[in-house]
Amino acid sequence: MSDAKDLIRTYIVDNFLMGRRGDNLTSETSLLEKGILDSTGFLELICFLEERFGITVADEEMVPENLDTLNAIDAYVRRKAASGV
Amino acid sequence: MLLHNQFEASAEHLPDKVALVADGRRYTYAEIDQLSARLAAMLQRRGVKRADRVAIFMPNGAEAVIAIYAVLRAGAIFIPISPQTKAAKLHYILQDSTPTCLITDTRLASVWEGVFGQAGSLRTVIVAGPVSERAGPPDTFLSFGATAPPDEGPIVHPGTIDQDLAAIIYTSGSTGAPKGVMLAHLNMITAANSVSTYLGLRSDDVIMCALPLSFDCGLYQVLMGFKKGARVVLEPSFAFPIKVLELMARERVTVFPGVPTMFSMLLALDTLAQFDLSSLRIITSTAAALSERHIRDLRTLLPQATLFSMYGLTECKRVSYLPPDQLDVRPTSVGRGMPNEEVYLVDEDGKRLSPGSVGELVVRGSHVMRGYWRKPEETAKCLKPGLYPGEFVLHTGDLFRMDDEGYLYFLGRKDDMIKSRGEKVAPKEVEGVLHSLEGVLEAAVVGVPDPLLGQAVKAFVVLTPGYRYSERDIITSCLASLESFMVPKYVEFVPDLPKTSNGKIDKKPLTGLA
Repeated sequence: MSDAKDLIRTYIVDNFLMGRRGDNLTSETSLLEKGILDSTGFLELICFLEERFGITVADEEMVPENLDTLNAIDAYVRRKAASGV
Repeated sequence: MLLHNQFEASAEHLPDKVALVADGRRYTYAEIDQLSARLAAMLQRRGVKRADRVAIFMPNGAEAVIAIYAVLRAGAIFIPISPQTKAAKLHYILQDSTPTCLITDTRLASVWEGVFGQAGSLRTVIVAGPVSERAGPPDTFLSFGATAPPDEGPIVHPGTIDQDLAAIIYTSGSTGAPKGVMLAHLNMITAANSVSTYLGLRSDDVIMCALPLSFDCGLYQVLMGFKKGARVVLEPSFAFPIKVLELMARERVTVFPGVPTMFSMLLALDTLAQFDLSSLRIITSTAAALSERHIRDLRTLLPQATLFSMYGLTECKRVSYLPPDQLDVRPTSVGRGMPNEEVYLVDEDGKRLSPGSVGELVVRGSHVMRGYWRKPEETAKCLKPGLYPGEFVLHTGDLFRMDDEGYLYFLGRKDDMIKSRGEKVAPKEVEGVLHSLEGVLEAAVVGVPDPLLGQAVKAFVVLTPGYRYSERDIITSCLASLESFMVPKYVEFVPDLPKTSNGKIDKKPLTGLA
């Protein structure tokens, strides 16, 4: 698992799955469908990504393809970091 | 007339019309009719009887809609439970309402798996999506798809009348334990008729529903849309606003119901103007009053739509709406009573006040609930004898100012309940979660004025020496245990909390501090 993915996973398990098993959270688990994050939760996640990785999440990037699974978030953060914005 | 008869009438007149768009699929009225009839017959075959409770714990989707109508047609009472509900609260609701059947979704298994076994009343669990083998005994568990074979036979008419309960919707109680609001068929039909009348809903409307069906504002989009023979486009959430906007443009949506937090997210998007929302003709906002800036921005960006600002509570669904031509005249008002309803203010002694005063809001009409499920004392506090024998009116506990022309302005609550995003938040429930955090010595939760939420939840926290938490730490911890509308927006760390002479926490100065 990449360092970025590890960090994001830890953030979600620590903050949104307290008291619940983290072993159900795979890299492909849909955070929305499983009720792990709701709209407020995604706004929290975006704040975390912006602060931790120094990126800015644009309006059009707030889509499940970028944010709904650990794999998606990891790939998105890497793309953003590589493009330097 | 029963609540589902309104849908059945539309299904008879418009069998081939697309009634529902959900999960990327389109369902005609005839399909929803057949699928819900089969599930209703199945429920009856599994022993679900008239007045039994059936809990529906599902995300927004076609299965949830089918389940609601199936339960009604079987003569039972549906209990919609938010998919955001955590295990402890789900456990409480199942214990309190003693349902004989739970209809749920495999995606929420991590919440219900550990809970259903303790709910002794449950005989059947119907699961949408693949059922894992470890879920439980196969004679209890059924797959949602498998419950609908065509040979289930007809529904046996259960003998339901409009005085029977159609739904129990749970809302926060002041003691911290949720209360089940009992709604008869008559209550819900009355509310649906009044609201769809003042909105002027039509059969050619396409309604975008991204509000959860467990929240009455979401639920009524389906009830009213299906009553009118309109089309409902259902989304599980507003978490990805761009996806909702794409869908609205593609489906040529005409009615968009929301709450102020949703409009705030929408207006923050730079790309809003890129979506073709030219078909939109009605926007409705409920929960808190919209800020004047939101009203101005919505009307500037979406001038084609008429904006309705509204107010309600689960106990009677809707209380008031602001006629659109009044938005410029009294933008901070949540409006006045709707058709077939009377609203007025009373003083501390229950004496009726004339317009131009401040007092507790009382609601009179056939939409007022039948009480709180198995809570006669709490029911007696808010349902009081009305004008005629046998009639009860709803004392809401909400304090309002009413102007000379009868328009209402929300001021606050009579008790210490917080009204945030239009939902009641019990400070005790939030304080309970804060107290469970290691190193939290004391905590007090109050409501503070907020332009977007009505009131925002604010927590004052005293830490045991040696412990350190940031504001974010507390907020995210609360998100793990509470539905997001209950989570504090602000956290302030204080060395101690003010106390009364008996040593109880005194919240008055905290509200002042805030």
